[in-house]
Amino acid sequence: MIGSILRRKASEMENEKVNQEEINVPPEISQVVTLTTLDKIYDWSRRNSIWPMMFGLACCAIEMICAAASRYDLARFGMEVMRPSPRQADMILISGTVTKKMVPQIVRLYNQMSEPKYVIAMGACASGGGPFKEGYNVVSGIDKYIPVDVYIPGCPPTPQALLNGLIALQKKVDNESISKVRWYRKDPIPAIPVPVLGPDLMDPSKYALIKRVSEEKLAEIEANSTDAVAQEGSVQ
Amino acid sequence: MSEQLAFTRTGINLASQFPEWVTVDSRPGYQGWLIKADHLIDVATAIRDQYGYDYLSSITGVDYFPDNLMEVVYHFYKSTGGGLLECKVQLTREHPSLPTLTGLFKGAEFQEREAWDLFGIEFANHPDLRRILLWDGFAGFPLRKDWKETFFEEELKPFKNRWPEGKIERIEDQKPFKENVQYPAGFNPYDWDTQSDARLYDLLRKVQQPQEGIKTDRVIVNLGPQHPSTHGVFRMAAVLDGETIVGLKPVVGYLHRNHEKIGERNTFLQNIPFTDRLDYISSMSNNFGYVLAVEKMMGVQPTERADYLRVIMAEFTRISSHVMSIGFLLNDLGAFFTPALYTLEERELIIDLFEIVSGSRMMCNYFRFGGVARDLPEGALEKIRDLAFERLPRKIDEIDRYLTKNEIIQERCEGVGVLTPEEAINYSVSGPILRASGVPYDIRRADPYSVYERFDFDVITAVHGDVYDRYMVRLQEIRQSLRIIQQAVNNLPEGPILNGKPTYQVKVPAGEGYGRVESPKGELGYYLVSNGKSNPWRYHVRAPSFVNITSLEKMCIGEKIADAVIILGSIDIVLGEVDR
Repeated sequence: MIGSILRRKASEMENEKVNQEEINVPPEISQVVTLTTLDKIYDWSRRNSIWPMMFGLACCAIEMICAAASRYDLARFGMEVMRPSPRQADMILISGTVTKKMVPQIVRLYNQMSEPKYVIAMGACASGGGPFKEGYNVVSGIDKYIPVDVYIPGCPPTPQALLNGLIALQKKVDNESISKVRWYRKDPIPAIPVPVLGPDLMDPSKYALIKRVSEEKLAEIEANSTDAVAQEGSVQ
Repeated sequence: MSEQLAFTRTGINLASQFPEWVTVDSRPGYQGWLIKADHLIDVATAIRDQYGYDYLSSITGVDYFPDNLMEVVYHFYKSTGGGLLECKVQLTREHPSLPTLTGLFKGAEFQEREAWDLFGIEFANHPDLRRILLWDGFAGFPLRKDWKETFFEEELKPFKNRWPEGKIERIEDQKPFKENVQYPAGFNPYDWDTQSDARLYDLLRKVQQPQEGIKTDRVIVNLGPQHPSTHGVFRMAAVLDGETIVGLKPVVGYLHRNHEKIGERNTFLQNIPFTDRLDYISSMSNNFGYVLAVEKMMGVQPTERADYLRVIMAEFTRISSHVMSIGFLLNDLGAFFTPALYTLEERELIIDLFEIVSGSRMMCNYFRFGGVARDLPEGALEKIRDLAFERLPRKIDEIDRYLTKNEIIQERCEGVGVLTPEEAINYSVSGPILRASGVPYDIRRADPYSVYERFDFDVITAVHGDVYDRYMVRLQEIRQSLRIIQQAVNNLPEGPILNGKPTYQVKVPAGEGYGRVESPKGELGYYLVSNGKSNPWRYHVRAPSFVNITSLEKMCIGEKIADAVIILGSIDIVLGEVDR
């Protein structure tokens, strides 16, 4: 009986795949001792506790709720702890259409999350605008403003597809190294400038370009109108 | 002749009563009355008080660009049931202005703001004429026909080939910013004042006048757009005196994805999948309203079997929406996620059925003009029977047993967010909220559509009009929906599921049409104008959630801030529909 429990524990340990491969742990202590690298244990602990932010945008949010509910059960991946506050969240799921009116808030939320942080674009709209791309109030993909780690296709993606995307994120976490990740570097990570709602959505880093293009447009219109006036004059 | 027609439809003749101010809309395919803008208030008062059309269902604008006309369309109904009274006011496209109806019908407030926002129609004396779906400072009025968005390619769909000679052409590559933005000529972003909410806060500060007695400070609190209680991206800006709400303004538009502008470029058929994404919890009901409006204009009748299938699917949608609403009301009450798990379990079973029938869990895209897309596949009927006769009745009783007599729920919900019947009608609220206030108004009975006349079911009402009653009405309505499904399944006729052959292009004669259904959230109406081409000229959605939140301010004032959360939960808004 005890032997079978120990065997099961040993296989659980094996399933976690944290053991460094070339090191052989003696079988009698393999269920309680693991020898591994700092990178591996660091990634292993983080990949199994990625807390998403409780943040829904549109239709995809309903599938996100379904994925968190009993049938699909995000808890199997250590992701059931949805945090309404960005300060406590590791991952933001952009679950739906990103509109121009909403994007300043999303960027602000992203800036407020503490590192390490991940972004998942769920569904066609968050990835590239989706069926609403041509709309005047729709941002064609959240990656225009914040960096995205995983894109999940679908409209909306089924909970299975969402789980697959989350597993893809776990795989990405598995390959990170504590010595290389950006949040342990010396230089601070600059915040992303929050877009401003003007006559249309304005990215503060592009103000110079906006000014130049609108001035060119004005000059073009003036040139056309003077042409038209000149033509009218000649007709008369 | 058309005057006769307009007269017989409603039994009233506005033109003979107000010969100077009212004329008959005699354009072919149109109905109703044309009212002079200066006398709109007088005529509307007569419509409400003299003729009893006390329910202002929908207000919208139509831009008749070639005729240089801007039209405002009003749809009136009686709260006791019956047909439509349609009125229009024609204005010029330059500075269109007319008096507001908010003095007579409170429900006009948000819809008039929307018409101002998207068409630039000015409503004189409106209490709060700010932009609603877009933001203050946005350049232009997007639903005007001469306003072109950045990614404008062609006037009408389907577009030309985007892959000419094997090379893809993307619209964004042709734009200066490579993005979906455009700015007025000569615009200088460095001069821009970034306070786009200034007018909202000015308005809220006006509530902050010191009262008599002890002087207290008032604070403005924003709930949302990112807040777990707001069911999506909705924002309430509340003025608090201690914990009591003394002023509240809903802020919407964070999910405004230009449904109507896109819909006016789509063909009639292409709009069906877009309607799925309005109220994304109940896509089948959205399909229903849209195909009814188009079928009315086309003069097409669905087949018998299709009608029954539609009713079955629409009622399952109602159940799935109501159980979700109940579960999330409990979420808002603080019973975080456990009750929702129970209700989501039942919803999963229903959307499994939708997946079997239509191929998609949420975006069903199942209805077609003159029928439905597919017949029931093998095994579907057994599943429907199992759900409607066995599983769901038992589970609804279980939810009832767990929740209804729960002391905490009773304490928190009873007497909170009260809306009297008169207020409810005046605010144009619809659906379970209207019926919880004691108005027995259900479009399935009041203005029957499809085959609902053949089924035996009760219109559920309550008396108090509080949060608890709304919960009770929803719970009872699930039972009535099950009754309808049981009758429909037992009498399901055999036969074709589509009237005629499936086509990509349907012929819709020029004219207008308004189709409405009782969706789970309330009255879902579609106002369509066709000019005889393959695409609608005007496509407007009268979304129940959007009109229902007009009454949020009224319900919340005087309540505690914690109760605002459950009042919002009891309205059961879906942001896809509020913002469209």
